[in-house]
Amino acid sequence: MDALMLSRIQFAFTIGYHFIFVPISIGLSIMVVAAERRYYKSDIPADRAASKFWIRLFTTTFAIGVATGITMEFAFGTNWADYSRFVGNIFGAPLAAEGLFAFFMESTFLGILLFGRYRVSKRLYYVSTWLVMCGALLSALWILIANSWMQTPAGYKIEGGKAVLTDFWAAALNPSIAQRYTHTIAACIIAGAFIVAAIGAWYLLKGKHVHMARHTLRTGLIVGLIFAAAMPLIGHWSATEVAKYQPVKMAAFENVWETEDRAPLYLIGWTHTNSDGDSVATGISIPSGLSLMLGFNPDHVVTGLTTVPPADRPPEQMTFQAWHWMIALSGLFVVVMLIAVVMLALKRIEKARWVLWLLVICSPLPLVAIFLGWAAAEVGRQPWIVQGLLRTTDGVSPLVSSGQVWMTLGLFGLIYLLLFIGWARIFFGTIRKGPEDVVDMLTAEKPTTAPAPSGAGR
Amino acid sequence: MTLQWLWFVLVGVLLTGYAVLDGFDLGAGVLYPFLGRTDAEKNEIRGAIGPVWDGNEVWLLTGGGALFAAFPAVYASTFSGFYLAIMLVLFGLILRAVSIEYRGRDAAFARVWDAGFFVGSLLPALLVGVAVGNVIRGIPLDANGDYMGTFFQLLNWYSLLIGLLGLCALVTHGAAWLALKLDGPVQERAIKVRGIAQIVCVLLFVLATVATLFEASRASDNVFGAWYGWLAVIVVLGAVVWGRWGMFKGNHRTAFLGTALTIIGVGGIFAVSNYPDMVPARGTPEATSLTVSNSASGSTTLTAMLIITIIGFPIVIGYMVFAYRTFRGKVPKARGEY
Ligand code: HDD
Ligand code: HEM
Ligand code: HEM
Repeated sequence: MDALMLSRIQFAFTIGYHFIFVPISIGLSIMVVAAERRYYKSDIPADRAASKFWIRLFTTTFAIGVATGITMEFAFGTNWADYSRFVGNIFGAPLAAEGLFAFFMESTFLGILLFGRYRVSKRLYYVSTWLVMCGALLSALWILIANSWMQTPAGYKIEGGKAVLTDFWAAALNPSIAQRYTHTIAACIIAGAFIVAAIGAWYLLKGKHVHMARHTLRTGLIVGLIFAAAMPLIGHWSATEVAKYQPVKMAAFENVWETEDRAPLYLIGWTHTNSDGDSVATGISIPSGLSLMLGFNPDHVVTGLTTVPPADRPPEQMTFQAWHWMIALSGLFVVVMLIAVVMLALKRIEKARWVLWLLVICSPLPLVAIFLGWAAAEVGRQPWIVQGLLRTTDGVSPLVSSGQVWMTLGLFGLIYLLLFIGWARIFFGTIRKGPEDVVDMLTAEKPTTAPAPSGAGR
Repeated sequence: MTLQWLWFVLVGVLLTGYAVLDGFDLGAGVLYPFLGRTDAEKNEIRGAIGPVWDGNEVWLLTGGGALFAAFPAVYASTFSGFYLAIMLVLFGLILRAVSIEYRGRDAAFARVWDAGFFVGSLLPALLVGVAVGNVIRGIPLDANGDYMGTFFQLLNWYSLLIGLLGLCALVTHGAAWLALKLDGPVQERAIKVRGIAQIVCVLLFVLATVATLFEASRASDNVFGAWYGWLAVIVVLGAVVWGRWGMFKGNHRTAFLGTALTIIGVGGIFAVSNYPDMVPARGTPEATSLTVSNSASGSTTLTAMLIITIIGFPIVIGYMVFAYRTFRGKVPKARGEY
């Protein structure tokens, strides 16, 4: 394999890995605020233990997000040098702003969450949970500005073979940032809600920590249902903008070969090449569905893949499948949440063990949907690394050899495996022990004048 | 032109800030297995950097982002040119971040995370200096600005010397921090290391200066040819003496500020030694050198970034003051953290 292909694999692997932990962090940061708020109001030890429990899950995940995020920032320079030369004028600014406005805030107040319980007032501690959450949401905004600019460039001119910024606000508020940010954050909240609900459900199944489990489950289910139900609408908004600004990507999503009206919408399908050399999809489809969705009218004309030369078309099968499975999962989320909320409303959920098990089993699926969504958005943009301006093949570092990338890819594999094992041990270990374990520690932990056994461990 | 010059300074400030702030926790990580002999002592060392190390590291991320934005060509050439070296730094930073957070939570894996913290601190502490050495000496560049040499050419004696100097400076700085934040046996050991490491540093610094006269005379000409070059040299020498005075008096704060100021001065020397080049070409036509003017972004970018910085930087300073004030004083022995 050449260095280009290896660099792509390395990028896809490292960003995909980063983005397993990022949604959990963002989702749990909201739960941390809710839990600390409860304690702030009630002042009872059980709530404090619950808050500590969520903070521990959150910080354990956050640590991996921090570590693997550094990779992403370095990756542009190391593997994508020509890309960096091309976009540096525009792309670097959001990265630097992310550092100044978001990472400093996250890391400072994370320090407070970890070490500051006895160093700051109760109110400041509570405020810190808010600031950590805001930091996470802000950092997502800046990085998504950078990514959205690559999808829908704006506010630039090409000069001396480089993109040069002409209008900062036009570049930052490019045509796809609003829907991408909304869609991504909603996706993270769904992921968080499923995990929170699953933890509650699991405790109920085991008959442990029942008090906390009840309100955990309720919070997870209500938030989960609201956002799962909203997702098709938010996604629809993304889809109409994709059709407008990246029509070829939309054509690849639904495998529209020739520009046509009455374009169908597939529920499930498979693409292949027919005897004429055309790419066609077979599967179950809603006639005129795509035209209806994009234009509310069966006669709406949808751009086809043949409007651009073959070299400018994205890989068809991968784009098609990633997109359809994201949507299929979206449907599943609504169904699961709906069943659970109905059972909750009927006060039968604690008896209906199958519902609780369903919630536990489904908890990782939003992360899968998120990965598929990114794969659809990013693979569907190929062969462009910056839509219409720079090809991925022209973005790679010219003189980094495939041997070097092989070596780093292998090391990434090993190190990331170690991180995953460490994370899983602590994350699931914390869930297994539960907040009551934390309560026992609380009494020993109260700062007294007599020094307790030292330890920076937490 | 002024904008470009200003950004050269600002990137320098961010990266020097990184060296000063993350420098002491990297140094503490290198010393970790040697100064912390028991689990309790290890916990103290981690406790001394626990609340602040992440914020310190963000200086690197912001400095890197600023370099990317203001001088994309430099960012691209150095990061891809030093590919394996940068990746080793990166692997170090990754291991370290997770090890610090997980060490206290996962008793069965304690040795793994201890090792991760040590190795993860050593790699950046050593390799960043090696990279700096190469940049001072110059690297072979083609017309696109890509590095044409191999990984092993980066490990030349001059750059290794600068790498050692950097490592030694961070060890001194880390020991000074631990002496300031801890008490008991770990502090005593840190005080010893601080004194010895500082002397080694001064010797290496003299050696490096002489080596630069021969290996990279352009750099030494730049430094000794301008008043601000001399100023930086005087800052370094003054800081060394001031820090030594603090050590002698048992004033740990002065000792620490002395090592911090030394690093700031060295950062200044590095900046002056290259200006107006950012990555000089060596063994290839001088025209391929990356200079402040041929690698800078357009003025719209630099202006927008300047506004972002003017708004953001005071906030960052506020965070730093807040964090260091909240966690001032000796690290409590009692479990006074969360
Ligand atoms: C939608 C959200 C999102 C996306 C698309 C990305 N990240 Fe990320 N990133 C976060 C959301 C996030 C976060 C939630 O804010 C993290 C996770 C844990 C943390 O510390 O912040 C984070 C951490 C994080 C860090 C460490 C910050 C620290 O030390 O405190 C860096 C350097 C990056 N990211 C950089 C990137 C880059 C260069 C990306 C693109 C290629 C990227 N992230 C994609
Ligand atoms: C966090 C969620 C993200 C995921 C899961 C993701 C996923 C992917 C995948 C799977 C590819 C490979 C496409 C291919 O090789 O055909 C890719 C490519 C790419 N993405 Fe993303 N991406 C994410 C976010 C971002 C962001 C935020 C940026 C930039 C700010 C970005 C920049 C790129 C670049 C530069 C490429 C081209 C390199 C390549 O082809 O591998 N991505 N991404
Ligand atoms: C019917 C439901 C959905 C629709 C119509 C939809 C639509 C879309 C569209 C059109 C894109 C591509 C945007 C672009 O390339 O600019 C996209 C991307 C994405 N989707 Fe979905 N989506 C749906 C459900 C979901 C769900 C349930 C999740 C995860 C929980 C999810 C996660 C993502 C992510 C993370 C991306 C990449 C970020 C982005 O480009 O916005 N989506 N989605």
